[in-house]
Amino acid sequence: MGGTPTDLKLIDENGLRIDGRRPDEMRPLRIEAGALKRADGSAYVEWGLNKVMAAVYGPRECHPRHLQNPERALVQCNYNMASFSVDDRKKPGPDRRSHEISKIISEALTHVVFTEYFPRTSIDVYIEVLQANAGTRCAGLTAASVALADAGVPMRDLVASCAAGKVAGTIVLDLTKEEDNFGQADMPMGYVPTSGEIVLLQMDGDMTQEEFEKAIKMDIEACKKVHEVQRDALKRRYSQKGESPEYAAAPEAKEVA
Amino acid sequence: MDESDSKESAREIVVPGDLLAITGKRAGPGTYSEGGKIYAAQMGIKQVRPDSISVVPLSGQYIPIRGDLVIGKIIDIGASNWLVDINSPYPAPLHVNEVPWRVEFGETGKFMQVGDIVLLKIVSVDEVKRIGVSMQDHGLRKLTGGMVIKISPSKVPRIIGKNGSMIQMLKNLTGCRIYVGQNGRIWIDGDLDNIIRAVQAIKMVEDEAHSLGLTEKVKRFLEEGSRKEA
Repeated sequence: MGGTPTDLKLIDENGLRIDGRRPDEMRPLRIEAGALKRADGSAYVEWGLNKVMAAVYGPRECHPRHLQNPERALVQCNYNMASFSVDDRKKPGPDRRSHEISKIISEALTHVVFTEYFPRTSIDVYIEVLQANAGTRCAGLTAASVALADAGVPMRDLVASCAAGKVAGTIVLDLTKEEDNFGQADMPMGYVPTSGEIVLLQMDGDMTQEEFEKAIKMDIEACKKVHEVQRDALKRRYSQKGESPEYAAAPEAKEVA
Repeated sequence: MDESDSKESAREIVVPGDLLAITGKRAGPGTYSEGGKIYAAQMGIKQVRPDSISVVPLSGQYIPIRGDLVIGKIIDIGASNWLVDINSPYPAPLHVNEVPWRVEFGETGKFMQVGDIVLLKIVSVDEVKRIGVSMQDHGLRKLTGGMVIKISPSKVPRIIGKNGSMIQMLKNLTGCRIYVGQNGRIWIDGDLDNIIRAVQAIKMVEDEAHSLGLTEKVKRFLEEGSRKEA
Protein backbone atom coordinates (compact mmCIF):
# COMPACT_ATOMS: atom_id res chain seq x y z
CA MET A 1 0.00 0.00 0.00
CA GLY A 2 1.83 3.08 1.19
CA GLY A 3 1.69 6.56 -0.29
CA THR A 4 0.93 7.60 -3.83
CA PRO A 5 3.84 8.84 -5.90
CA THR A 6 3.29 12.54 -6.49
CA ASP A 7 3.12 12.36 -10.27
CA LEU A 8 0.61 9.49 -10.56
CA LYS A 9 -3.02 10.51 -10.70
CA LEU A 10 -5.12 7.42 -10.09
CA ILE A 11 -8.43 9.19 -10.60
CA ASP A 12 -8.73 12.20 -12.94
CA GLU A 13 -10.94 15.33 -12.83
CA ASN A 14 -13.78 13.51 -14.57
CA GLY A 15 -13.73 10.75 -11.98
CA LEU A 16 -12.23 8.24 -14.40
CA ARG A 17 -9.40 5.84 -13.59
CA ILE A 18 -6.04 5.53 -15.31
CA ASP A 19 -7.38 3.01 -17.82
CA GLY A 20 -10.49 5.13 -18.46
CA ARG A 21 -12.93 3.06 -16.40
CA ARG A 22 -15.59 4.45 -14.12
CA PRO A 23 -15.14 3.53 -10.43
CA ASP A 24 -17.82 0.82 -10.61
CA GLU A 25 -16.63 -0.63 -13.88
CA MET A 26 -14.96 -4.03 -14.26
CA ARG A 27 -12.18 -4.86 -16.66
CA PRO A 28 -13.25 -6.86 -19.72
CA LEU A 29 -13.64 -10.53 -18.82
CA ARG A 30 -13.49 -13.47 -21.19
CA ILE A 31 -13.75 -17.11 -20.16
CA GLU A 32 -13.22 -20.22 -22.20
CA ALA A 33 -14.30 -23.55 -20.74
CA GLY A 34 -12.55 -26.78 -21.70
CA ALA A 35 -9.35 -25.16 -22.92
CA LEU A 36 -7.11 -28.10 -22.06
CA LYS A 37 -7.56 -31.54 -23.55
CA ARG A 38 -5.74 -33.76 -21.06
CA ALA A 39 -7.37 -32.42 -17.91
CA ASP A 40 -10.77 -33.69 -16.73
CA GLY A 41 -11.98 -30.11 -16.72
CA SER A 42 -10.36 -26.79 -17.50
CA ALA A 43 -10.88 -23.10 -18.10
CA TYR A 44 -8.94 -20.15 -19.42
CA VAL A 45 -9.68 -16.66 -18.14
CA GLU A 46 -8.60 -13.33 -19.56
CA TRP A 47 -9.50 -10.55 -17.22
CA GLY A 48 -8.03 -7.23 -18.28
CA LEU A 49 -4.33 -8.00 -18.52
CA ASN A 50 -4.60 -11.09 -16.33
CA LYS A 51 -4.30 -14.42 -18.06
CA VAL A 52 -5.07 -17.47 -15.94
CA MET A 53 -5.42 -21.14 -16.71
CA ALA A 54 -7.18 -23.62 -14.43
CA ALA A 55 -7.20 -27.41 -14.69
CA VAL A 56 -9.16 -29.93 -12.61
CA TYR A 57 -8.36 -33.61 -12.17
CA GLY A 58 -10.56 -36.02 -10.33
CA PRO A 59 -12.20 -37.01 -8.15
CA ARG A 60 -9.27 -39.42 -8.07
CA GLU A 61 -7.49 -41.63 -5.57
CA CYS A 62 -6.02 -39.44 -2.87
CA HIS A 63 -2.26 -39.48 -2.43
CA PRO A 64 -0.60 -39.32 0.09
CA ARG A 65 -2.93 -41.82 1.71
CA HIS A 66 -2.86 -40.21 5.18
CA LEU A 67 -4.72 -37.19 3.78
CA GLN A 68 -7.69 -39.35 2.75
CA ASN A 69 -10.91 -38.60 4.53
CA PRO A 70 -13.23 -41.63 4.82
CA GLU A 71 -16.26 -39.34 4.76
CA ARG A 72 -15.58 -36.83 2.04
CA ALA A 73 -13.41 -35.75 -0.83
CA LEU A 74 -10.54 -33.35 -0.41
CA VAL A 75 -10.34 -30.32 -2.66
CA GLN A 76 -6.66 -29.64 -3.15
CA CYS A 77 -5.69 -26.46 -4.88
CA ASN A 78 -2.39 -25.35 -6.26
CA TYR A 79 -1.95 -21.72 -7.27
CA ASN A 80 1.21 -20.92 -9.14
CA MET A 81 2.56 -17.85 -10.87
CA ALA A 82 4.71 -18.35 -13.93
CA SER A 83 8.14 -16.76 -13.68
CA PHE A 84 7.28 -14.55 -16.68
CA SER A 85 3.90 -13.44 -15.33
CA VAL A 86 5.19 -10.21 -13.80
CA ASP A 87 7.59 -7.42 -14.84
CA ASP A 88 10.49 -8.57 -12.68
CA ARG A 89 11.05 -12.27 -13.06
CA LYS A 90 9.24 -14.13 -10.29
CA LYS A 91 11.37 -16.72 -8.59
CA PRO A 92 9.70 -19.99 -9.54
CA GLY A 93 8.24 -22.33 -6.98
CA PRO A 94 5.88 -22.14 -4.03
CA ASP A 95 6.23 -19.26 -1.61
CA ARG A 96 4.33 -17.80 1.31
CA ARG A 97 1.91 -15.93 -0.94
CA SER A 98 1.05 -18.82 -3.26
CA HIS A 99 0.55 -21.16 -0.29
CA GLU A 100 -1.91 -18.72 1.19
CA ILE A 101 -3.84 -18.27 -2.05
CA SER A 102 -3.96 -22.02 -2.66
CA LYS A 103 -5.38 -22.52 0.81
CA ILE A 104 -8.11 -19.88 0.62
CA ILE A 105 -9.18 -20.93 -2.88
CA SER A 106 -9.43 -24.58 -1.89
CA GLU A 107 -11.48 -23.57 1.14
CA ALA A 108 -13.79 -21.48 -1.01
CA LEU A 109 -14.27 -24.36 -3.45
CA THR A 110 -14.74 -26.98 -0.70
CA HIS A 111 -17.72 -24.94 0.39
CA VAL A 112 -19.63 -25.45 -2.88
CA VAL A 113 -18.50 -28.93 -3.95
CA PHE A 114 -20.57 -31.92 -2.75
CA THR A 115 -17.50 -33.52 -1.20
CA GLU A 116 -19.55 -36.18 0.61
CA TYR A 117 -20.31 -37.88 -2.72
CA PHE A 118 -16.71 -39.01 -3.19
CA PRO A 119 -15.27 -40.32 0.08
CA ARG A 120 -11.51 -41.01 0.22
CA THR A 121 -10.77 -39.14 -3.01
CA SER A 122 -9.13 -35.90 -3.86
CA ILE A 123 -10.19 -33.32 -6.42
CA ASP A 124 -7.10 -31.53 -7.63
CA VAL A 125 -7.28 -27.99 -8.92
CA TYR A 126 -4.28 -26.39 -10.58
CA ILE A 127 -4.25 -22.66 -11.23
CA GLU A 128 -1.49 -21.25 -13.38
CA VAL A 129 -1.11 -17.50 -13.69
CA LEU A 130 0.42 -16.74 -17.06
CA GLN A 131 0.20 -12.98 -16.88
CA ALA A 132 -0.59 -10.95 -13.79
CA ASN A 133 -2.00 -7.47 -13.34
CA ALA A 134 -3.59 -7.54 -9.87
CA GLY A 135 -6.65 -9.63 -9.06
CA THR A 136 -5.16 -12.98 -9.99
CA ARG A 137 -6.67 -14.79 -7.01
CA CYS A 138 -10.11 -13.63 -8.18
CA ALA A 139 -9.37 -14.67 -11.75
CA GLY A 140 -7.98 -17.97 -10.43
CA LEU A 141 -11.04 -18.74 -8.33
CA THR A 142 -13.35 -17.77 -11.19
CA ALA A 143 -11.44 -20.04 -13.57
CA ALA A 144 -11.25 -22.88 -11.07
CA SER A 145 -14.99 -23.03 -10.50
CA VAL A 146 -15.64 -23.10 -14.26
CA ALA A 147 -13.06 -25.89 -14.57
CA LEU A 148 -14.75 -27.86 -11.77
CA ALA A 149 -18.13 -27.62 -13.47
CA ASP A 150 -16.50 -28.60 -16.76
CA ALA A 151 -15.05 -31.68 -15.06
CA GLY A 152 -18.57 -32.73 -14.08
CA VAL A 153 -17.95 -32.35 -10.36
CA PRO A 154 -21.29 -31.98 -8.51
CA MET A 155 -21.44 -28.60 -6.80
CA ARG A 156 -24.01 -26.23 -5.34
CA ASP A 157 -23.11 -23.31 -7.54
CA LEU A 158 -20.25 -21.68 -9.39
CA VAL A 159 -18.15 -19.39 -7.22
CA ALA A 160 -17.82 -15.96 -8.77
CA SER A 161 -15.08 -13.67 -7.63
CA CYS A 162 -14.09 -10.05 -8.00
CA ALA A 163 -12.16 -7.47 -6.01
CA ALA A 164 -13.13 -4.02 -4.81
CA GLY A 165 -10.95 -1.48 -3.07
CA LYS A 166 -10.17 2.11 -2.29
CA VAL A 167 -8.08 4.21 -4.59
CA ALA A 168 -7.37 7.92 -4.11
CA GLY A 169 -10.20 8.10 -1.60
CA THR A 170 -12.77 6.54 -3.93
CA ILE A 171 -14.29 3.05 -3.71
CA VAL A 172 -13.52 1.30 -6.97
CA LEU A 173 -14.11 -2.11 -8.49
CA ASP A 174 -11.56 -4.58 -9.85
CA LEU A 175 -8.23 -2.84 -9.20
CA THR A 176 -5.37 -2.89 -11.68
CA LYS A 177 -1.74 -3.30 -10.69
CA GLU A 178 -1.12 0.46 -10.36
CA GLU A 179 -4.27 0.96 -8.31
CA ASP A 180 -3.38 -1.99 -6.09
CA ASN A 181 0.20 -0.79 -5.56
CA PHE A 182 -0.59 2.87 -4.90
CA GLY A 183 -4.17 2.67 -3.63
CA GLN A 184 -5.36 2.49 -0.04
CA ALA A 185 -7.15 -0.85 0.06
CA ASP A 186 -7.78 -4.00 -1.97
CA MET A 187 -10.49 -6.46 -1.06
CA PRO A 188 -10.93 -9.66 -3.07
CA MET A 189 -14.14 -11.58 -2.58
CA GLY A 190 -15.63 -14.96 -3.55
CA TYR A 191 -19.38 -15.09 -3.77
CA VAL A 192 -21.97 -17.85 -4.26
CA PRO A 193 -24.84 -16.22 -6.16
CA THR A 194 -27.67 -18.71 -5.45
CA SER A 195 -27.20 -18.70 -1.70
CA GLY A 196 -25.70 -15.24 -1.34
CA GLU A 197 -22.83 -16.62 0.73
CA ILE A 198 -19.38 -15.09 0.80
CA VAL A 199 -16.79 -17.85 0.67
CA LEU A 200 -13.66 -15.76 0.35
CA LEU A 201 -12.94 -12.36 1.77
CA GLN A 202 -9.63 -10.70 2.38
CA MET A 203 -8.59 -7.12 2.80
CA ASP A 204 -5.26 -5.45 2.37
CA GLY A 205 -5.18 -1.81 3.53
CA ASP A 206 -7.91 -0.03 5.40
CA MET A 207 -11.38 1.38 4.87
CA THR A 208 -14.03 2.84 7.15
CA GLN A 209 -17.09 0.79 7.88
CA GLU A 210 -19.22 2.77 5.40
CA GLU A 211 -16.58 2.34 2.73
CA PHE A 212 -16.36 -1.36 3.49
CA GLU A 213 -20.11 -1.78 3.15
CA LYS A 214 -20.13 0.14 -0.11
CA ALA A 215 -17.28 -2.01 -1.43
CA ILE A 216 -19.08 -5.23 -0.46
CA LYS A 217 -22.23 -4.07 -2.23
CA MET A 218 -20.27 -3.15 -5.33
CA ASP A 219 -18.44 -6.46 -5.22
CA ILE A 220 -21.62 -8.53 -4.99
CA GLU A 221 -23.03 -6.81 -8.07
CA ALA A 222 -19.77 -7.46 -9.92
CA CYS A 223 -19.74 -11.13 -8.87
CA LYS A 224 -23.22 -11.55 -10.32
CA LYS A 225 -21.90 -10.26 -13.64
CA VAL A 226 -18.91 -12.57 -13.43
CA HIS A 227 -21.30 -15.44 -12.73
CA GLU A 228 -23.19 -14.70 -15.95
CA VAL A 229 -19.95 -14.83 -17.93
CA GLN A 230 -19.05 -18.15 -16.27
CA ARG A 231 -22.41 -19.71 -17.13
CA ASP A 232 -22.20 -18.43 -20.67
CA ALA A 233 -18.71 -19.94 -21.09
CA LEU A 234 -19.90 -23.37 -19.95
CA LYS A 235 -23.01 -23.35 -22.12
CA ARG A 236 -21.09 -22.12 -25.15
CA ARG A 237 -18.74 -25.04 -24.94
CA TYR A 238 -21.44 -27.53 -25.86
CA SER A 239 -23.55 -25.47 -28.22
CA GLN A 240 -20.54 -24.85 -30.46
CA LYS A 241 -19.54 -28.46 -30.51
CA GLY A 242 -22.93 -29.65 -31.74
CA GLU A 243 -22.79 -27.37 -34.74
CA SER A 244 -19.45 -28.47 -36.14
CA PRO A 245 -19.25 -32.22 -36.64
CA GLU A 246 -15.69 -33.42 -36.94
CA TYR A 247 -16.31 -37.13 -36.90
CA ALA A 248 -14.77 -37.60 -40.33
CA ALA A 249 -11.33 -36.92 -38.86
CA ALA A 250 -8.99 -39.83 -38.27
CA PRO A 251 -9.54 -41.64 -34.98
CA GLU A 252 -7.17 -40.60 -32.30
CA ALA A 253 -5.14 -43.26 -30.61
CA LYS A 254 -6.44 -43.34 -27.09
CA GLU A 255 -5.60 -45.88 -24.45
CA VAL A 256 -4.70 -48.97 -26.39
CA ALA A 257 -4.23 -52.02 -24.26
CA MET B 1 -29.52 -39.45 -22.53
CA ASP B 2 -30.98 -42.84 -23.38
CA GLU B 3 -34.22 -41.09 -24.29
CA SER B 4 -35.23 -41.52 -27.89
CA ASP B 5 -33.58 -39.12 -30.30
CA SER B 6 -36.58 -37.41 -31.78
CA LYS B 7 -38.85 -37.14 -28.77
CA GLU B 8 -37.23 -34.22 -27.05
CA SER B 9 -36.61 -31.31 -29.36
CA ALA B 10 -35.21 -28.79 -26.89
CA ARG B 11 -32.24 -30.06 -24.92
CA GLU B 12 -31.49 -27.44 -22.37
CA ILE B 13 -27.94 -27.36 -21.05
CA VAL B 14 -27.75 -26.37 -17.41
CA VAL B 15 -24.78 -25.53 -15.19
CA PRO B 16 -24.38 -25.98 -11.42
CA GLY B 17 -26.59 -23.59 -9.49
CA ASP B 18 -29.21 -23.17 -12.20
CA LEU B 19 -32.74 -23.15 -10.83
CA LEU B 20 -34.64 -26.10 -12.33
CA ALA B 21 -38.00 -26.07 -10.57
CA ILE B 22 -39.72 -24.24 -7.78
CA THR B 23 -41.52 -27.17 -6.14
CA GLY B 24 -43.63 -30.25 -6.63
CA LYS B 25 -41.06 -32.62 -8.06
CA ARG B 26 -38.50 -34.98 -6.65
CA ALA B 27 -34.87 -33.96 -7.03
CA GLY B 28 -33.31 -36.68 -9.21
CA PRO B 29 -29.65 -37.43 -9.93
CA GLY B 30 -27.47 -34.45 -10.78
CA THR B 31 -29.65 -32.06 -8.79
CA TYR B 32 -30.10 -30.90 -5.22
CA SER B 33 -32.90 -29.19 -3.37
CA GLU B 34 -32.61 -26.34 -0.95
CA GLY B 35 -35.43 -24.34 0.55
CA GLY B 36 -38.00 -26.24 -1.53
CA LYS B 37 -36.32 -25.31 -4.79
CA ILE B 38 -34.45 -27.69 -7.06
CA TYR B 39 -31.10 -26.64 -8.50
CA ALA B 40 -28.69 -28.29 -10.91
CA ALA B 41 -25.63 -29.79 -9.20
CA GLN B 42 -23.78 -30.73 -12.35
CA MET B 43 -23.32 -29.41 -15.83
CA GLY B 44 -25.56 -31.43 -18.12
CA ILE B 45 -28.85 -31.75 -19.90
CA LYS B 46 -32.01 -30.99 -18.00
CA GLN B 47 -34.50 -33.83 -17.99
CA VAL B 48 -38.05 -33.31 -16.80
CA ARG B 49 -40.18 -36.31 -15.91
CA PRO B 50 -43.74 -36.20 -14.56
CA ASP B 51 -42.64 -36.79 -10.97
CA SER B 52 -38.97 -35.90 -10.90
CA ILE B 53 -36.38 -33.66 -12.43
CA SER B 54 -32.78 -34.63 -13.11
CA VAL B 55 -29.61 -33.60 -14.91
CA VAL B 56 -27.83 -35.99 -17.23
CA PRO B 57 -24.15 -35.10 -16.84
CA LEU B 58 -21.95 -34.26 -19.83
CA SER B 59 -18.72 -35.20 -18.09
CA GLY B 60 -17.44 -36.74 -14.90
CA GLN B 61 -15.61 -39.65 -13.37
CA TYR B 62 -16.99 -43.17 -13.22
CA ILE B 63 -18.39 -43.95 -9.77
CA PRO B 64 -19.04 -47.70 -9.36
CA ILE B 65 -22.59 -48.90 -8.79
CA ARG B 66 -23.50 -52.44 -7.77
CA GLY B 67 -24.35 -54.57 -10.79
CA ASP B 68 -22.32 -52.56 -13.32
CA LEU B 69 -20.41 -54.40 -16.01
CA VAL B 70 -16.91 -52.93 -16.24
CA ILE B 71 -13.70 -53.52 -18.14
CA GLY B 72 -10.72 -53.59 -15.79
CA LYS B 73 -7.00 -53.77 -16.10
CA ILE B 74 -4.85 -55.77 -13.69
CA ILE B 75 -2.40 -53.42 -12.02
CA ASP B 76 -1.03 -55.52 -9.16
CA ILE B 77 -0.94 -59.11 -8.00
CA GLY B 78 -1.26 -60.28 -4.42
CA ALA B 79 -1.03 -63.78 -2.96
CA SER B 80 -4.81 -64.23 -2.97
CA ASN B 81 -6.07 -61.36 -5.06
CA TRP B 82 -5.49 -59.14 -8.07
CA LEU B 83 -5.79 -55.38 -7.91
CA VAL B 84 -7.84 -54.10 -10.81
CA ASP B 85 -7.97 -50.57 -12.17
CA ILE B 86 -11.58 -49.92 -13.17
CA ASN B 87 -11.04 -46.33 -14.32
CA SER B 88 -12.59 -44.85 -11.19
CA PRO B 89 -11.21 -43.10 -8.11
CA TYR B 90 -11.41 -46.40 -6.25
CA PRO B 91 -9.26 -49.47 -6.93
CA ALA B 92 -11.02 -52.83 -7.04
CA PRO B 93 -9.46 -55.94 -5.47
CA LEU B 94 -10.49 -59.15 -7.23
CA HIS B 95 -10.29 -62.03 -4.77
CA VAL B 96 -9.44 -65.59 -5.88
CA ASN B 97 -12.87 -66.74 -4.66
CA GLU B 98 -14.43 -64.49 -7.26
CA VAL B 99 -12.75 -66.00 -10.33
CA PRO B 100 -13.96 -69.00 -12.33
CA TRP B 101 -10.78 -71.03 -11.63
CA ARG B 102 -9.45 -72.79 -8.57
CA VAL B 103 -6.37 -70.82 -7.59
CA GLU B 104 -3.86 -72.06 -4.99
CA PHE B 105 -2.53 -69.52 -2.50
CA GLY B 106 0.33 -67.60 -4.10
CA GLU B 107 -0.38 -68.84 -7.60
CA THR B 108 -2.43 -65.88 -8.75
CA GLY B 109 0.25 -64.87 -11.24
CA LYS B 110 -0.22 -68.11 -13.18
CA PHE B 111 -3.74 -67.10 -14.12
CA MET B 112 -3.58 -63.38 -14.79
CA GLN B 113 -0.68 -61.02 -15.17
CA VAL B 114 -0.30 -57.28 -14.71
CA GLY B 115 -1.71 -55.56 -17.79
CA ASP B 116 -4.36 -58.19 -18.56
CA ILE B 117 -7.81 -56.91 -19.44
CA VAL B 118 -10.78 -58.42 -17.70
CA LEU B 119 -14.55 -58.18 -17.93
CA LEU B 120 -15.96 -57.83 -14.44
CA LYS B 121 -19.08 -57.12 -12.50
CA ILE B 122 -19.34 -54.83 -9.50
CA VAL B 123 -20.86 -56.98 -6.73
CA SER B 124 -20.62 -54.63 -3.78
CA VAL B 125 -20.04 -50.99 -2.96
CA ASP B 126 -20.09 -49.95 0.70
CA GLU B 127 -20.52 -46.54 2.29
CA VAL B 128 -16.82 -45.69 2.14
CA LYS B 129 -16.81 -46.88 -1.50
CA ARG B 130 -14.88 -50.07 -0.97
CA ILE B 131 -15.44 -52.01 -4.13
CA GLY B 132 -16.03 -55.72 -4.56
CA VAL B 133 -15.79 -57.20 -8.05
CA SER B 134 -16.46 -60.65 -9.42
CA MET B 135 -15.67 -62.65 -12.50
CA GLN B 136 -18.12 -65.42 -11.68
CA ASP B 137 -21.07 -64.71 -13.87
CA HIS B 138 -22.22 -65.53 -17.35
CA GLY B 139 -19.88 -64.02 -19.95
CA LEU B 140 -17.37 -62.58 -17.49
CA ARG B 141 -13.80 -63.49 -18.39
CA LYS B 142 -10.32 -62.39 -19.25
CA LEU B 143 -10.35 -60.56 -22.58
CA THR B 144 -7.70 -61.58 -25.09
CA GLY B 145 -7.03 -60.00 -28.47
CA GLY B 146 -8.82 -56.93 -29.75
CA MET B 147 -8.27 -53.49 -28.37
CA VAL B 148 -9.59 -51.25 -25.65
CA ILE B 149 -10.55 -47.63 -26.17
CA LYS B 150 -11.57 -45.13 -23.56
CA ILE B 151 -14.49 -42.72 -23.66
CA SER B 152 -15.98 -40.42 -21.09
CA PRO B 153 -18.04 -42.59 -18.68
CA SER B 154 -20.90 -40.11 -18.90
CA LYS B 155 -21.28 -40.95 -22.58
CA VAL B 156 -21.69 -44.70 -22.05
CA PRO B 157 -25.52 -44.65 -22.07
CA ARG B 158 -25.36 -42.93 -25.45
CA ILE B 159 -23.03 -45.58 -26.90
CA ILE B 160 -25.42 -48.28 -25.75
CA GLY B 161 -28.50 -46.37 -26.93
CA LYS B 162 -32.10 -46.96 -26.07
CA ASN B 163 -32.50 -50.68 -25.30
CA GLY B 164 -29.05 -51.23 -26.78
CA SER B 165 -30.06 -49.90 -30.20
CA MET B 166 -26.85 -47.98 -30.86
CA ILE B 167 -24.45 -50.71 -29.81
CA GLN B 168 -26.47 -53.34 -31.68
CA MET B 169 -26.23 -51.26 -34.84
CA LEU B 170 -22.48 -50.77 -34.36
CA LYS B 171 -22.01 -54.51 -33.97
CA ASN B 172 -24.15 -55.33 -37.00
CA LEU B 173 -22.66 -52.78 -39.37
CA THR B 174 -19.01 -53.31 -38.45
CA GLY B 175 -19.11 -57.03 -37.71
CA CYS B 176 -16.96 -56.44 -34.62
CA ARG B 177 -17.36 -58.00 -31.22
CA ILE B 178 -17.83 -55.13 -28.79
CA TYR B 179 -18.12 -54.97 -25.01
CA VAL B 180 -18.99 -51.66 -23.39
CA GLY B 181 -18.02 -51.27 -19.75
CA GLN B 182 -19.99 -48.79 -17.65
CA ASN B 183 -16.63 -47.34 -16.67
CA GLY B 184 -16.02 -45.88 -20.11
CA ARG B 185 -13.80 -48.60 -21.50
CA ILE B 186 -14.84 -50.33 -24.70
CA TRP B 187 -13.29 -53.55 -25.96
CA ILE B 188 -13.46 -54.16 -29.70
CA ASP B 189 -12.33 -57.18 -31.68
CA GLY B 190 -12.61 -57.88 -35.41
CA ASP B 191 -10.48 -57.20 -38.45
CA LEU B 192 -8.47 -54.02 -38.47
CA ASP B 193 -10.53 -52.02 -41.00
CA ASN B 194 -13.70 -52.78 -39.13
CA ILE B 195 -12.13 -51.89 -35.79
CA ILE B 196 -11.07 -48.54 -37.22
CA ARG B 197 -14.56 -47.85 -38.48
CA ALA B 198 -16.09 -48.85 -35.15
CA VAL B 199 -13.66 -46.58 -33.30
CA GLN B 200 -14.54 -43.70 -35.61
CA ALA B 201 -18.23 -44.26 -35.06
CA ILE B 202 -17.81 -44.46 -31.28
CA LYS B 203 -15.75 -41.28 -31.32
CA MET B 204 -18.52 -39.62 -33.30
CA VAL B 205 -21.14 -40.68 -30.76
CA GLU B 206 -18.96 -39.41 -27.93
CA ASP B 207 -18.36 -36.02 -29.56
CA GLU B 208 -21.99 -35.46 -30.42
CA ALA B 209 -23.61 -37.24 -27.52
CA HIS B 210 -25.87 -34.30 -26.78
CA SER B 211 -27.14 -33.78 -30.35
CA LEU B 212 -30.32 -35.07 -31.89
CA GLY B 213 -30.84 -37.78 -34.51
CA LEU B 214 -27.53 -39.40 -33.67
CA THR B 215 -28.43 -43.04 -34.35
CA GLU B 216 -29.41 -42.15 -37.92
CA LYS B 217 -26.27 -40.09 -38.43
CA VAL B 218 -24.01 -42.90 -37.25
CA LYS B 219 -25.88 -45.37 -39.40
CA ARG B 220 -25.35 -43.19 -42.47
CA PHE B 221 -21.68 -42.82 -41.63
CA LEU B 222 -21.13 -46.56 -41.29
CA GLU B 223 -23.12 -47.42 -44.42
CA GLU B 224 -21.24 -44.84 -46.46
CA GLY B 225 -17.99 -46.44 -45.39
CA SER B 226 -19.04 -49.91 -46.45
CA ARG B 227 -20.29 -48.63 -49.81
CA LYS B 228 -16.90 -47.09 -50.54
CA GLU B 229 -15.20 -50.36 -49.85
CA ALA B 230 -17.48 -52.28 -52.22
